[in-house]
Amino acid sequence: MSTTTFMPYDEALARFEPVLGLETHVELGTASKMFCGCPTAFGAPPNTQVCPVCLALPGSLPVANATAIESTIRIGLALNCSIAEWCRFARKNYFYPDMPKNYQISQYDEPLCVDGYLDVEVEGTTVRIGIERVHLEEDTGKSTHVGGSTGRIQGADHSIVDYNRAGIPLVEIVTKPIPGTDRLAPEVARAYVTELRELMRTLGVSDVRMEEGSLRCDVNVSLMPRGSAEWGTRTETKNVNSLRSVERSVRSEIERQAAILADGGRIIQETRHFHEDTGFTTSGRSKEEAQDYRYFPEPDLVPIAPDPAWVAGLKAGLPELPSVRRKRLQAEWGVSDLDMAAMHNADAIGLVEATVAAGAPAADARKWWMGELARRANEGGVALAELPITPAQVARVTELVASGALNDKLARQVLEGVLAGEGAPDEVVAARGLQIVNDEGALSAIIDEVIAANADAAEKIRGGKIAAVGALVGGVMKASRGKADAGRARALILEKLGVSE
Amino acid sequence: MSVITREEVAHLARLSRLALADEELDHFAAQLDQIVGAVARVAEVATADIPPSSHALPLENVFRPDEVRPSLTPDQALSGAPAVEDDRFRVPRILGEEA
Repeated sequence: MSTTTFMPYDEALARFEPVLGLETHVELGTASKMFCGCPTAFGAPPNTQVCPVCLALPGSLPVANATAIESTIRIGLALNCSIAEWCRFARKNYFYPDMPKNYQISQYDEPLCVDGYLDVEVEGTTVRIGIERVHLEEDTGKSTHVGGSTGRIQGADHSIVDYNRAGIPLVEIVTKPIPGTDRLAPEVARAYVTELRELMRTLGVSDVRMEEGSLRCDVNVSLMPRGSAEWGTRTETKNVNSLRSVERSVRSEIERQAAILADGGRIIQETRHFHEDTGFTTSGRSKEEAQDYRYFPEPDLVPIAPDPAWVAGLKAGLPELPSVRRKRLQAEWGVSDLDMAAMHNADAIGLVEATVAAGAPAADARKWWMGELARRANEGGVALAELPITPAQVARVTELVASGALNDKLARQVLEGVLAGEGAPDEVVAARGLQIVNDEGALSAIIDEVIAANADAAEKIRGGKIAAVGALVGGVMKASRGKADAGRARALILEKLGVSE
Repeated sequence: MSVITREEVAHLARLSRLALADEELDHFAAQLDQIVGAVARVAEVATADIPPSSHALPLENVFRPDEVRPSLTPDQALSGAPAVEDDRFRVPRILGEEA
């Protein structure tokens, strides 16, 4: 295998302008498959969710899932698309064993939804991503390659196929070419997929789990020399299965293509595979031309003609969309664009919202999720939402702090206890004995000890050097193992020393 | 005059994984020829004033509710497979030697 050369990103961007395109596949969360009644659960034992229709046994006929059609139209509406008044499924012929029919039922020149857009925020600016089309098709089966050293298709002796996934409704969302993103191309790509994922969640049409493949992204990148009006040849990178990978694959492909073009070479239009471990892409099969698929209208399914009144009803019934919701929450919480963007990037908005709904002030909810909890999530390499703590529990901690029962230091210990599985905040407080020492008698006794042990400092304070009180408060906090209320301790020390501020 | 040759029938049979005897090749060649001839008559009536159509029935919007129906068991599903491994359909190498 020849080695791939890369041009440093800054140099690549100085010489070339990238044009992006993204194709995203979303598995709909319907109970049954697209054209038959088989269930769609992820992770079922192989070939337990198959029937004559999705196995393409002779004599079986597909019937379209009404909910899948409705979900696709709702997605199109949320992406500001026009909805086709009449359209058909198309048969996409190809010889590959992941579809038992030797074809995939898809849509070709008559997609359900066309010509929309999605606005995404990147570094404080709004980028409008044009949506070319949204169409409905069926997912393919899952092949496992046997006999190769790496489990890859190359060098495999044979393959084994599980058709549980074959026939699950799959929505393909294709952007228009996205020029003009310049050096922010990787960030724009990531922001788009992030926004799309959030939109799907809000619509409730898919669980959009990239790690389980219910959201998959193909990233198209081409470069043109600065000042050129003609777009270059694009490559399509498949197998991009995390938001971070979307960003990395764009960057890596820009660096790779720039090195080839600068060296006088040409880009081959091809499919490339992204490798999660290295962050690089490698060449896959050459891209088939569309006519190779011999598309024709699917004879086994009758045309779809969505009733305009029904479509209008679906549009009126759309939930508040993520970008609108973010603007509303930002105003409600009174946070800056920067803080809001940080929460968005950390996937914290929903968590903060739920914590606020559970009674916490917005500032406190944000502080804990974006501070201590973000740090913990980062340490553990997990998403914030995966931390074993609920918004209600975080709200309870903020309440304990607000009431004076905990200070921030103790609150962090409570959070640590909850994350460690020691129970709800109140249980952790009780089990670890984390209440602030509010018992004046106990606090008074600790203060007396500390004053006695720090006679010099006490003398200075008596003499008017009030700043020296810090050392004594520190001593009290240490002696109480952080459980004293520092403000109360300070007042008591000054009182005992006969000094007033 | 026959346009479908027995070689073509043999080729179709191989693609369809059908085992045909020699005399069946001639038999089906003649039959397929008749079918192709019958379909060819469509071209005689297809004129400019007849719009192309993809479906024989004037139906639209035939959907099923999103309800789960029983699937086959893996044994049933795999019963027609030429080869099985780990409850999966075993298929020949997907990429050719050139890959």
